[in-house]
Amino acid sequence: MTSSATKLPRRPSGRRGGVSAPNGWWALAFIAPATIGLLALYVWPFLRTVVDSFQDVPAFGPATWVGTDNYTALLHDPEFWQAFRNSALYTAIVLLGVPIAIALAALIEQVGRGRAIYRVLFFLPVVTLPVAIGMVWRFIYNGDFGLLNTVLSWVGVDGQYWVADPRFTIYAFGVVGIWMGLGINLIILGAGLTAIPKAVYEASALDGAGRVRQFFRITVPLLSPSIFFVTVLSVIGALQMFDLNFIMLRGVNNTALADSKTIVYLFYEKAFVQFHQGYGAAIAVVLLLVIMIATALQFRLQRSWVFYD
Amino acid sequence: MKRRWIAATALAAAVTLLSACSGQSDGASGEKVTLTYANWSEDQTPAMQQIADEFQKANPDITIKVQTLPWTEYWTTLQVGAAGGTAPDAFWMLADHFREYAKGGQLVDMSDTVKANNIDLSVYPKAVSDSYTYDGKLFALPKDFDTNGIWYNKALFDAAGVKYPDDTWTWQDAQDAAKKLTDPAKGVFGIAAPIDAQGGFYNTILQAGGSIINADGTASDFGSPAGVEGLKFWTDLQAAKASPTLEQLSDTEAVSMFENQKVAMYFSGAYWALRFHNNAALKGKVDVAPLPQGVKRATVTSGIGNAGYAGSKHPEQLKKFLAFLGGSKAAEIQAATGTVLPAYKGTQQPWLDSMPEYKLQVFIDATDYSVPLPVAGNASEWQGLATQYLGPAWSGKKPVADAAKEYQTAVDQVLAKK
Repeated sequence: MTSSATKLPRRPSGRRGGVSAPNGWWALAFIAPATIGLLALYVWPFLRTVVDSFQDVPAFGPATWVGTDNYTALLHDPEFWQAFRNSALYTAIVLLGVPIAIALAALIEQVGRGRAIYRVLFFLPVVTLPVAIGMVWRFIYNGDFGLLNTVLSWVGVDGQYWVADPRFTIYAFGVVGIWMGLGINLIILGAGLTAIPKAVYEASALDGAGRVRQFFRITVPLLSPSIFFVTVLSVIGALQMFDLNFIMLRGVNNTALADSKTIVYLFYEKAFVQFHQGYGAAIAVVLLLVIMIATALQFRLQRSWVFYD
Repeated sequence: MKRRWIAATALAAAVTLLSACSGQSDGASGEKVTLTYANWSEDQTPAMQQIADEFQKANPDITIKVQTLPWTEYWTTLQVGAAGGTAPDAFWMLADHFREYAKGGQLVDMSDTVKANNIDLSVYPKAVSDSYTYDGKLFALPKDFDTNGIWYNKALFDAAGVKYPDDTWTWQDAQDAAKKLTDPAKGVFGIAAPIDAQGGFYNTILQAGGSIINADGTASDFGSPAGVEGLKFWTDLQAAKASPTLEQLSDTEAVSMFENQKVAMYFSGAYWALRFHNNAALKGKVDVAPLPQGVKRATVTSGIGNAGYAGSKHPEQLKKFLAFLGGSKAAEIQAATGTVLPAYKGTQQPWLDSMPEYKLQVFIDATDYSVPLPVAGNASEWQGLATQYLGPAWSGKKPVADAAKEYQTAVDQVLAKK
């Protein structure tokens, strides 16, 4: 086999054909609906949120400008820092889903027939309403009658109140978070895997590389752009987690709620339960900054580990 | 966050579309209008629909669309809708949310309607109509009301050989019975002792001779000797293990524990009657008695109010509908269907008759010693603090008096804000 045969396919480079003026107008007309939607549903609410974060906004009636008061209060609010830690821990746990997804994707790739069935099975949670997922897992985690504790009791392990004891809640969310994200991750990583030329594996097999070695030396490096993408998405999604917190700790006065709020849950509570919309907006802006920093950091770090052809 | 905004915007868009459609039909026939009437209870929707039908019979030009939202979405939808001009025309209101809406000018002032229709306000429990009064103006007519009693499981009482609760019961009787009824081997507890304000510690604090929030709504009284006594009623039950733990009650709500026959007594409101009545497994096993007395008898009372949206496009028709909702006919429908205890005086007999197996008169008699549910200041904010501050007292990690003082300080801080 010649070296040219193992060469990876390159992206098409160079400029596309120039866009002439009439075509440009057509193009604008076609993207207008999306653009207007984007402006109305994203940009405008975003700007409003930023403005609100500098105001005291009651549920109804006029807002008053308070400068950076909301932010100062936020930085001194132990509740916010607790929520920040909770979200960070949840994100860390959800990131464990990435190696799991890589391993699973590689295993599914090995499956000849019925590959699609596995993909569908893992993808189902993605198309299921998060509310429904939260409800079902609430039952699974129930300390007295839950499935999890029943199974644990078979192997002689004492069950816990997974979603009523603040020592466990974030981990309980994390497990569900991993499971919920698996489907999307598998699709992206699966697509990445099919793009790796078979010839590379054949060549390495001839050189005497085993399956495990192939996985770590070929699959992971060549998959790294997909892994990076999946990681970025997972971090953003995890930092925005709200549904599981809202549904799984619902019920009259859950004992764990005070210690288990995520950032977005705190935002919801401040803005929609306690009518402090300005303070809520400040939380939302800080969350945006956190996500931006986390993402920028990952783009920085990727230079050292992501392998582009 | 983005997802919530999208959901809110999409919802607003959907509502706008809906109202746009109804707006068209308005134009076609000249005067026909559609009003939406929102609630949060699937259980009560049939009765609400029946009330709407009855109103439409007399007012063929007005169509009422009954809209049921899940409790989890109800208040956010209402808040976003009111701010965005797309709220339902008529909707259920609760005393603890009421003040923010009234203060923000979002509700229809009912004062003129009351005068024009000669509505006699004395037919409603004063505690309930007072809770919908802001700045001397009435903004919602009471729909129903509730007081608290002891829901108890006769089968569990019989099995433990304990006498059923009655109106002679004192705190001591309740504590003793709870302990006797507890049977760890069967997983049965004497009572459910969650951190529940309305069905629980508010009542016992009042029974101990205390108060919850002072008259001008500037400070709470949880740390006072009577306040601590009232809280101790519940923490003692927890300490005696006569109740499921807070963790158990977080996973499985007290009412479900009662329905699963895992707790023998559940102190709560009249609003569960229909649910227990419809539960075949509880047939012939449940009854209700007055709350036990401490230093005195007491229960908090509250009720849902029917409010109108100040931004409604059809204010005249809306006022007509709201007056109907507050009238005797609407009350009778609620009573006859056993839905809830209607607020309108003299319409309660059909409700009592609809579930003759329960001594429901208990809840009506309780109005004699009832106190309005305290709702001062930003009620939803300070109410949310109870579990956080009282939890350590319930689980025995902190002396009750200390927890009560810290709780009071936290509540007072919220009350001090405007």
